[in-house]
Amino acid sequence: MRKSVTLVAFMLMLAGALSVIGCGQKAGQTAKEEETAGKSGQAEEAIESARDYISIVGSSTVYPFATVVAEQFGKTTDFKTPKIESTGSGGGFKLFAAGVGVEHPDITNASRRIKKTECEMSAENGVTEVVELKIGYDGIVMANSKKAEPFKLTRKEIFLALAKEVPDPSGEEGKLVPNPYKTWNDVNPDLPETRIEVLGPPPTSGTRDAFVELAMETGAKEFAWIKALKKEDKKKFKGIAHTVREDGAYVEAGENDNLIVQKLNANPDALGIFGFSFLDQNTDKMQGAFVDGVQPAFSAIADGSYPLSRPLFFYVKKAHVGTIPGMAEYLEEFTSEKAWGDEGYLTEKGLIPMPEKEREKYASIAKNLTPITCDEL
Amino acid sequence: MNNSSTKNGSRNAGRTIDIVNKGLKRRYRKEKRFRLYGILSIAASAAFLAFLLTSIVMNGYSAFLQTCIRLDVPIEAGMIDESNPKRSDFQGIIKSAIREYYPDVTERREKRELYSLFSSGAAYQLRNNVLDNPPEAGATLSLWVLADDDVDMLMKGHMKRDVPESERRLNDRQLRWIEKLENDDRIEKRFNTTFFTSGDSREPELAGIWGAVRGSFYTMLVTLALSFPIGIAAAVYLEEFAPKNLATDFIEVNINNLAAVPSIVFGLLGLAVFLNFFGMPRSTPLVGGIVLMLMTLPTIIIASRAALKAVPPSIREAALGVGSSKLQVVSSHVLPLALPGMLTGTIIGMAQALGETAPLLMIGMVAFIVDIPGGFTDPAAVMPVQIYLWADSPERAFVEKTSAAIMVLLGFLIAMNALAVVMRKKFERRW
Repeated sequence: MRKSVTLVAFMLMLAGALSVIGCGQKAGQTAKEEETAGKSGQAEEAIESARDYISIVGSSTVYPFATVVAEQFGKTTDFKTPKIESTGSGGGFKLFAAGVGVEHPDITNASRRIKKTECEMSAENGVTEVVELKIGYDGIVMANSKKAEPFKLTRKEIFLALAKEVPDPSGEEGKLVPNPYKTWNDVNPDLPETRIEVLGPPPTSGTRDAFVELAMETGAKEFAWIKALKKEDKKKFKGIAHTVREDGAYVEAGENDNLIVQKLNANPDALGIFGFSFLDQNTDKMQGAFVDGVQPAFSAIADGSYPLSRPLFFYVKKAHVGTIPGMAEYLEEFTSEKAWGDEGYLTEKGLIPMPEKEREKYASIAKNLTPITCDEL
Repeated sequence: MNNSSTKNGSRNAGRTIDIVNKGLKRRYRKEKRFRLYGILSIAASAAFLAFLLTSIVMNGYSAFLQTCIRLDVPIEAGMIDESNPKRSDFQGIIKSAIREYYPDVTERREKRELYSLFSSGAAYQLRNNVLDNPPEAGATLSLWVLADDDVDMLMKGHMKRDVPESERRLNDRQLRWIEKLENDDRIEKRFNTTFFTSGDSREPELAGIWGAVRGSFYTMLVTLALSFPIGIAAAVYLEEFAPKNLATDFIEVNINNLAAVPSIVFGLLGLAVFLNFFGMPRSTPLVGGIVLMLMTLPTIIIASRAALKAVPPSIREAALGVGSSKLQVVSSHVLPLALPGMLTGTIIGMAQALGETAPLLMIGMVAFIVDIPGGFTDPAAVMPVQIYLWADSPERAFVEKTSAAIMVLLGFLIAMNALAVVMRKKFERRW
């Protein structure tokens, strides 16, 4: 019994001590907050600065690049390292557009351009000045294991192999049938006689959006009547071109691209869809499929000859520049030649740099903080 | 009548033993089979566990070693900025030291390839070294600097040397340079202290688990400080004081329900209430701890109530009998006896919270955070989040880091659960 009493006393003391620590810390923090608020009192914006690090959200595709810049920035300057959350492009815009103030993020990364609706939503919430910065390009690759032969596909074949409904093989215009193709050989007799099995990201992923848009939509447009449909009935067109088959030929393999690489290695017959940086890191195991005759390579994506590439962006809240410490310097680091240049450290992580002219353009936008208007979208 | 009944009885008895004997073999067989099933299921789960652990250890043990290169860094006059040594060009000094070791590399492209064998962390290592004990001009520092992750993978055998050049990330020239280092005994695998002392990084050789361990520590502290007193108070009241009526039944059902709610729901609640309504800072251990507290509370309450129920009523009655008040009965007799069970429940709840990521996703704790958190309101990640982020990184070297981080997390979990067992064994009282 005595033992237990000591135990109770000990536990109570521990709990008490913990709550004291908690309070002490909180009190200290408030004091610090007041101090910083006092310091930034000179800032013209009506934001109380209680955050001394940059908060970044957004695309998981830009995440590997933004984190490298953030780390470099934190190590080479006296500012704190920015905090980066990978929320996906859409989720990033939602957080970003919620308002101006320390509780909202300063920058959002995106693997697509901001939508007009998102831009307007920001404006409604007081985020009136948004600076758009393009950082480079990313390639989307269809790759398979090196144990097999590389695929040579056209976008039309990709569409036929992966769409849920395809034009009737008999050639009758305007008639759709559920995708009948079982093997690649069915799509085009020149292709190998293996079962169509493609591992790719789920619909929530920006990579999937871009793949559908760049590969399948263009492939679908090869059929004149589907192309004509785009003008007449956009919704129906999207239903045809953007719907991926669900009968097991396309396997949703999750957002983890490493997992797809591992699965491809185990199954040489399958193709996988992921970002170029993962192919770049796994050149000993994986090979990119030729799309319209071009194999994904650094140079082919940079010069635009590889068709499945998309621009990457990040968006900056202008109102936060000058209030959150280090914003201008972070932009400077990101837009410096040693980061996004032809031989910058971002290229080592798989970012495809923009042509020099374009880099100059966006560097000057970053410097002058020229905001975009929703009307130009 | 009597006669016939005895007769009947004896005949019946004979039949019963016959029946028993007849079925005996079958019953023994049945029991044997059942035992076999039991052993098989235990063997299966043990096999799965062994498979999981071996694959993690096999993948991860190499992360505890890190390839380092011994580099002689000559410090010449003017290299270190006298007035402000912090701002010297350490990267440049490292590069000139590398060039000195490989005098025959002159072309720009080749030089870039050469520098890429060394981690960008080499410059920080040099900086720390110089700032700690400023060298004199003309001295030569002999430093073990970190090798790049590709070199590390090569040295650990994850990258093959004998495959065609296009199939590996290091080209033939770079391999020759590495061979030169090997011949001079300048490259070796050493214990990876970086892994245990630094925060996250995008360079695998610079990435460490310490930031996440600290983040987990602060988060757990908040969780414990809130959930332990609240959980125990709730359990004691419900078990000892509350009247048994519809309202308490309703509460009980809801507590049991809450224990089964998917953890992401608590994250959504945290986002709506703590971040949006109370405006607490995003991505901090303070909010993370509160959210995890909500998640562990039901576990603690249920375990504590079970512990209170296990205290025999005779103890309460005896205490009441000598004139104790209800509060005295609870605080000096029932609670001390139930505490070991409550502690076990708390520790198991905490261990569960330690391995949780889903609720933290919503409140922004799944984030890239380099700086090591120093308090409850600094942005922080926790260990499972770190594992998740590394598992998602493209660099090959993060595969082993992921497994190593899992090992660290498992170590903590084993320690916590072992503590729970020890506490129970030490303080438990059996009747």
